[in-house]
Amino acid sequence: MILTDDEKAMRDGTDGPAVAAAMDLLIRYGDALGAQRLCDTRNVAGTSTQPSPVKAKLVAEGGWNKAFAVLNLDCDDVVEIPDMRVPTCQLQQGFGPDSVGVVPYPREFVELQTDAEAFYGKRGVNILATCTPYQVGNLPVRGEHCAWMESSAVVYCNSVLGARTNCEGGTSTGAASLTGKIPCWGNHLPENRFGTHLIEVDTGVRDFLDWGMLGYFAGGLVQDERPVITGEFSHPDLVDLKHFGAAAASSGGVELYHLPGITPEAPTVEAAFGGHAPESVHYGLRERREIYETLNDQGRSTDVDFVLLGCPHASIDQIRDAARALDGKRLHSGTQLWIMAPRALKAVADRSGYTAVIEAAGAKLLADSCPAMSRVAPPGTRVFATDSAKQAHYLPAILGIEAWFGSLEDCVDAAVTGRWRGGLR
Amino acid sequence: MTILRGRTVVPGIVEGEALVSHETISGWGGIDPATGTITERRHELHGVCFTGKILVFPGAKGSSGWSAFFQSTRLLGTAPLGMIFTVMTTKAALGAVVTRVPALSDLDRDPVEVIRTGDQLRLDADHGLVEIVSVP
Repeated sequence: MILTDDEKAMRDGTDGPAVAAAMDLLIRYGDALGAQRLCDTRNVAGTSTQPSPVKAKLVAEGGWNKAFAVLNLDCDDVVEIPDMRVPTCQLQQGFGPDSVGVVPYPREFVELQTDAEAFYGKRGVNILATCTPYQVGNLPVRGEHCAWMESSAVVYCNSVLGARTNCEGGTSTGAASLTGKIPCWGNHLPENRFGTHLIEVDTGVRDFLDWGMLGYFAGGLVQDERPVITGEFSHPDLVDLKHFGAAAASSGGVELYHLPGITPEAPTVEAAFGGHAPESVHYGLRERREIYETLNDQGRSTDVDFVLLGCPHASIDQIRDAARALDGKRLHSGTQLWIMAPRALKAVADRSGYTAVIEAAGAKLLADSCPAMSRVAPPGTRVFATDSAKQAHYLPAILGIEAWFGSLEDCVDAAVTGRWRGGLR
Repeated sequence: MTILRGRTVVPGIVEGEALVSHETISGWGGIDPATGTITERRHELHGVCFTGKILVFPGAKGSSGWSAFFQSTRLLGTAPLGMIFTVMTTKAALGAVVTRVPALSDLDRDPVEVIRTGDQLRLDADHGLVEIVSVP
């Protein structure tokens, strides 16, 4: 990799040992990728404060400087961590102090995370505490070079916003935050942003549920390449594309897609491909049925213990929709319903009265985390239901539970009756 | 003796047994770093341990936690011995870097097709070579 003078100076220790370690990691990583050079970034987002047993051990051994060095820089030495060089936020994490007694999250992790927030916040990391930073204050502009983690945020950043980021990790975002640099590879280069597969939707993409299923189909088809979607579908909004991208990044590794006429880098199909489109793959009622059945093949028992909404973290409109669906109802005695949201939007929901409606039904609006990140669900959960294709994909493996996938209405019905009665309509 | 040539991702030389996955691998939500096993329910290697094996796979998929989970396998002593993968991604590259095991990609033949589970390999990532020393 070719380094500029300022990058060489950082590597050689001009800005201290932590920055030198950060540059060392970026060089090892850039060489591994086969990158030619680094690019400048002023927008870093990483899951830095998330508690884990490994992090607890490192903090016990050498404090937070040690934990940052190992987990955010891949450095074996304890180095003094300076202020972030460029604007940096953290993403979703475990549960906070207000979850004690509400969700069964270990108290030692609550304390570890509170300490982490203090350490990272003091050094200029914005504690957004959400997988959807673009909903609460980090909204990159088109063409902006970013260093983001969180696959659902990465695909939104590239595709819907037209900014440029690869799917980074805990160490590369840590190194970027202290240097303002990231390997200029993959999605940072315009020639790598054209579509590779054309999916033509014949019919059957109408709502939030459908956009998740189409995303799951697209990810399974293209794996980590770049689908372009055309055809007959309802005009998507933020929550549809949030669900679509998260699903495509779960069944495959999609980091960038185009919807000609809708997403910014694809005014036309030709522009999306930078030339001729390939032969199309069709998505119609048969494919829709197959995806629905795939997402529901991890459910056996129809006795639902737990319903999870808000993956990726709910928008304020999704919170309101859930409140309306729950208004005047009461959850089944053996079933819990959690809605995950960014803390900033939970504050809006509290103020708008939605939280009170949700809680009156016996459900919970929770911030910061999710069952997959925290690895917790209500005690004794064996079967859960969700309106998120991503959560249906991951949670059975993470928690060893059965899963049902369906609409908001089907999920609320399951929470109220304790039974899964969902189906494809 | 079969020799494949590729590009160095992480330098180093190891010899060991191959574990071949024909499907891409999830890190976060797909492996358990405490035991070094693949936990994704639908995966062909569900329940199989990769610790001490040279992991041969098409590439990484899923969450950006991929590299952190594989880094954890190093910290917990359950890491694979080496990595050989077909498709280069940021997840796989950074994952190999922080796992700190010899790794190759961009090979002249598809490693997932040529190498079989149980083959004894010599992975010379310093020179971009993988030799199939013996087959079971």
